[in-house]
Amino acid sequence: MIEIIVFAPLLAAIIAGLGNRMIGNMPAKIVTTGALFLSCALSWPIFLGFMTGSETAYVDPVLKWVQSGGMNFDWSLRVDTLTAVMLVVITSVSALVHLYSWGYMDEDPDQPRFFAYLSLFTFAMLMLVTADNLVQMFFGWEGVGLASYLLIGFWFKKPSASAAAIKAFVVNRVGDLGFMMGIFGVFLVFGTTSIPEILDRAPEMAGSTIGFLGMRVDTMTVLCLLLFIGAMGKSAQLGLHTWLPDAMEGPTPVSALIHAATMVTAGVFMVCRLSPLFETSQTALTFVTFIGAATCFFAATIGTTQTDIKRVIAYSTCSQLGYMFFAAGVGAYGAAMFHLFTHAFFKALLFLGAGSVIHAMHHEQDMRYYGGLRKQIPITFWAMMAGTLAITGVGIWFLHIGFAGFYSKDAILESAFASGSEMGQFAFVMGIVAALLTSFYSWRLMFLTFWGKPRWIESEHIQHTVHKTPEEAGADTTGGYHPHESPWVMLTPLVILSLGAVFAGAIWSHSFLDSAEFWNGSIFYNEHLIHAMHNVPTWVKIAPGAVMLIGLLIAWNNYIRDPDAPARFVGMFGGIYTFLKNKWYFDELYNVIFVKPAFWLGRKFWKWGDVGTIDRFGPDGAAWVVAQGSRYAQKVQTGYLYSYALVMLLGLLAAISWIMVR
Amino acid sequence: MDGFPILSLMLLVPLVGAAICFFVPAQTARMVALVATLVDLALGVVLWASYDIGGAQWQFVERAELFAGFSYALGIDGIALMLIMLSVFLMPICIGASWNSVTKRVGEYMAAFLMMETLMIGVFAAQDLFLFYIFFEAGLIPMYLIIGIWGGDNRIYASYKFFLYTLIGSVLMLIAMFWMVREAGTTDIPTLMATDFPAGAQNWLWLAFFASFAVKMPMWPVHTWLPDAHVQAPTAGSVILAGVLLKMGGYGFIRFSLPMFPEASANLAWVVFTMSMIAVVYTSLVALVQHDMKKLIAYSSVAHMAIVCMALFSFNVQGLEGSMIVMLSHGLVSGALFLAVGVIYDRLHTREIDRYGGLAINMPKYSLFFLLFTMASIGLPGTSGFVGEFLSLAGVYQISSWVALIGTTGIILGAAYMLYLYRRVAFGEQKNADAAAMPDLDKREWAMMLPLAAAVLWMGVYPESFLAPMRADIEWLDQRLEAAAPAGDAHLSEPNPEAAAEHHGEEAAAEGGSHQ
Repeated sequence: MIEIIVFAPLLAAIIAGLGNRMIGNMPAKIVTTGALFLSCALSWPIFLGFMTGSETAYVDPVLKWVQSGGMNFDWSLRVDTLTAVMLVVITSVSALVHLYSWGYMDEDPDQPRFFAYLSLFTFAMLMLVTADNLVQMFFGWEGVGLASYLLIGFWFKKPSASAAAIKAFVVNRVGDLGFMMGIFGVFLVFGTTSIPEILDRAPEMAGSTIGFLGMRVDTMTVLCLLLFIGAMGKSAQLGLHTWLPDAMEGPTPVSALIHAATMVTAGVFMVCRLSPLFETSQTALTFVTFIGAATCFFAATIGTTQTDIKRVIAYSTCSQLGYMFFAAGVGAYGAAMFHLFTHAFFKALLFLGAGSVIHAMHHEQDMRYYGGLRKQIPITFWAMMAGTLAITGVGIWFLHIGFAGFYSKDAILESAFASGSEMGQFAFVMGIVAALLTSFYSWRLMFLTFWGKPRWIESEHIQHTVHKTPEEAGADTTGGYHPHESPWVMLTPLVILSLGAVFAGAIWSHSFLDSAEFWNGSIFYNEHLIHAMHNVPTWVKIAPGAVMLIGLLIAWNNYIRDPDAPARFVGMFGGIYTFLKNKWYFDELYNVIFVKPAFWLGRKFWKWGDVGTIDRFGPDGAAWVVAQGSRYAQKVQTGYLYSYALVMLLGLLAAISWIMVR
Repeated sequence: MDGFPILSLMLLVPLVGAAICFFVPAQTARMVALVATLVDLALGVVLWASYDIGGAQWQFVERAELFAGFSYALGIDGIALMLIMLSVFLMPICIGASWNSVTKRVGEYMAAFLMMETLMIGVFAAQDLFLFYIFFEAGLIPMYLIIGIWGGDNRIYASYKFFLYTLIGSVLMLIAMFWMVREAGTTDIPTLMATDFPAGAQNWLWLAFFASFAVKMPMWPVHTWLPDAHVQAPTAGSVILAGVLLKMGGYGFIRFSLPMFPEASANLAWVVFTMSMIAVVYTSLVALVQHDMKKLIAYSSVAHMAIVCMALFSFNVQGLEGSMIVMLSHGLVSGALFLAVGVIYDRLHTREIDRYGGLAINMPKYSLFFLLFTMASIGLPGTSGFVGEFLSLAGVYQISSWVALIGTTGIILGAAYMLYLYRRVAFGEQKNADAAAMPDLDKREWAMMLPLAAAVLWMGVYPESFLAPMRADIEWLDQRLEAAAPAGDAHLSEPNPEAAAEHHGEEAAAEGGSHQ
């Protein structure tokens, strides 16, 4: 069963990818989408089985992989509660994204390739979550990286797309360096890469020390931190996040599947999978909390100033991943996984909704040129509304009823507060501020897109379509353009995901948050923290909802009541605005300290090192010496008898004195 | 197969083929060369199939005493078997790559390649020290000729550099060999491998061998012959150079330096580590700024070989097996990458990266193969490159976390320069009408690419096929090295029970605190 779930997408990817133009668009689409719906249909019973307790964890061996001395790891598929959660997330979103792409990619000349990549991605992601050893996890980890690279660069003729693809891969590799070093360290310490064995034996090693880069450090801390660097890369956390916004160069369904719902959550999954390991190092957990909290705040600040609809959602994703990490950092792994689960639905929904808007607006992505779309594309509007209500965490606290994000985000904030640690408090504060910002930028997106007057004619895409300039259009700011609602293949996924965004929280909050039986040992379950979480002061429970309302009000004031307010704000606080608009200048900084020096050094090593030094004094120098030497040798050949006699005499003298001294 | 001199036959077949090639017209010479290499490949398959895994350490042994203790002695272990397989696998592909692109002196060209094959197999199969030396050094000659006669515009300089570098190292090795034979009283390699040379002499002997192997490898800073040789060599020459000749350095380390001078290897490992660490970073950065495709891949080869070097001197099974897999993988992958360059060079006659662009549009199949080999080169899991690099670096980590860290930066830099290359060649707009008009792969090119792609994936998904024959030999070597092996830098302490208890106490306190 699990084999079919995992390998059906691979098979479909091979058929569609190698068949390509030979088999044509329709067969490629049917094969890949069919395979994904099959995987999805098989995954849900497993997940529901774990919910009702009728399924038990097992490992299915597939093939021997590597045996080298004491290092053994095989291809195998592990199924437990944590895997089952990921299985339904991945296969459901992937199946819906496949279906959605039928409509979204309809005019693309390269459809088989697109669908093959999507299915290949799904396969790699499934291998990642079913891994029973760290190396197979790394296989999936890099496999999704490859698929992400290929899909970001899908429109490879665009220089910006291929640049973004490389950036995504290389920045991820920086994280992978940490992951690989972490695996090496784990093997050195535990003599195995098998995840269950490592988790079993981790507590024994707590408190031991190890030599690392000439320092003496706590063993478990260094292992956890190295592995976490990998998670930071994949999940776009502060410092290694720069690739995620650029990844929006890929087609929008890709952003929904890879850069929102699944791949970027792999880091969170990894920390949860290895939660017993992380629990052995308080330092590592504190670091995880800090990075998560800092990311959720920092990404949210940037999200408030972006004008590209996809980039707003991308920074929102980055921010939400920060929530998941600080939840894990304070020990609330169930809450982290729950937010991963609900986020997958509402964020995929937001992205696909944005795709539907982009589709309706003739590939225009700048929200400044939207406006008033509520009536034109009503289904998309309501779907986006469901997503926005979910991400901003709308709900009624005393009835404990709300949209999906209400359950998961509030649980995270409460856990952070309840953890009692200083870093937990910091994360709580950051999380509350970020919740306000989240509400602001999410509603800003909604208001700019769906409310107000149409500003479509200012968009070059629209001008191109209606063959008018803004001057010609005059007072009719629509330019006579009529946005059309997307076809049903795109709307169906939106509707289904909307159901998830509305109900997923209410249905599953008990299992994910409060049920040790549900998790059944697949993550570290902290009974005390759950208890404490439910007993936080009332103001802590109200706070997320309150800041959500404040964010909504500010957005409403600035974008509906008084549309000139943002410009005034920019006038007053130009510095902050520019800083945020330029994404805290991370790209510029990295360009100056990494990219440019790398090329500069490469040129210097080449021209000064290889050519100027090694060759000059090596082979070229040897040739020069031989040439010079032969010139001197020529001079010695004088032909005069007396000079030969003198040399002979000197030689004889030297020989005699050597014999005598000896 | 008992007693059947299959190794001699494998040496003989290309030699006879070479002799025939001298006297026949061009097209016949091509056919003769192809048949000869395919026969050798078939013999190689038989060799692998009848190799008894877990049997005697040395199999298919042949021995004929000649003069003065010098004997014609052949025999292989698993390590040699795998390298012979690599050689015979690449040879027919090389002949295929030269099919249309070589038009002058075809007979001599094919003869040079076939002689090359004999000498390569000889290097890996020789069991006599001087027989090894002859094969090892004679291998220079055909390659010198291939670069010097059929090479590019600056071929004379390149072949001079190639010859000068490789010969100087060899002279020192030969002197060391004489000393060893006098000391041990035998030229038999298996006996020498188990001989304990005096500790004082080991360092000098090690350095003498090192001079030769470091150049062959090539290690920084004696690598500068490689980019020039690759750029000037014809495609097939590059394939063999990167695919097999570079492996002779690694083979030398694993066959001679490590087992014969274990103590010196431990004492001087820092030399290897230092040179390799510099090489990984230095040559990767140089690769990043290249404009010439072949030069870029040549520099990437130096970086990969640096991983091999550091792993060889990690004194554990993972490092040794990893380095062998990197060697095999690099043989396939860099060979394939040079072929990929050759495919478009044959069409446009330039290696300048900027002349290409957007090949994914008009050459989608080619771009797919190129992508696969690019990914294998940067060690994507599922390809051969990953298994090797992962085991290698895992081995290195056990001896030094610093060396492992610097070595692992190679995975970042490798991704950067290879993907940057791929982007400029396959992605982007079609800038050049000539490049845009290039046809996709033809049947001959398919036949060359497909086996390489299959082998790369096979080695990545099920490397057991390649690890199994070498396992016993690596274990033997590991045991041989055990006494000399230096301790790693980890010095893992036992968990301090007091500290652990305190830790738990803190946790409990924190949890208690969270109750309130």
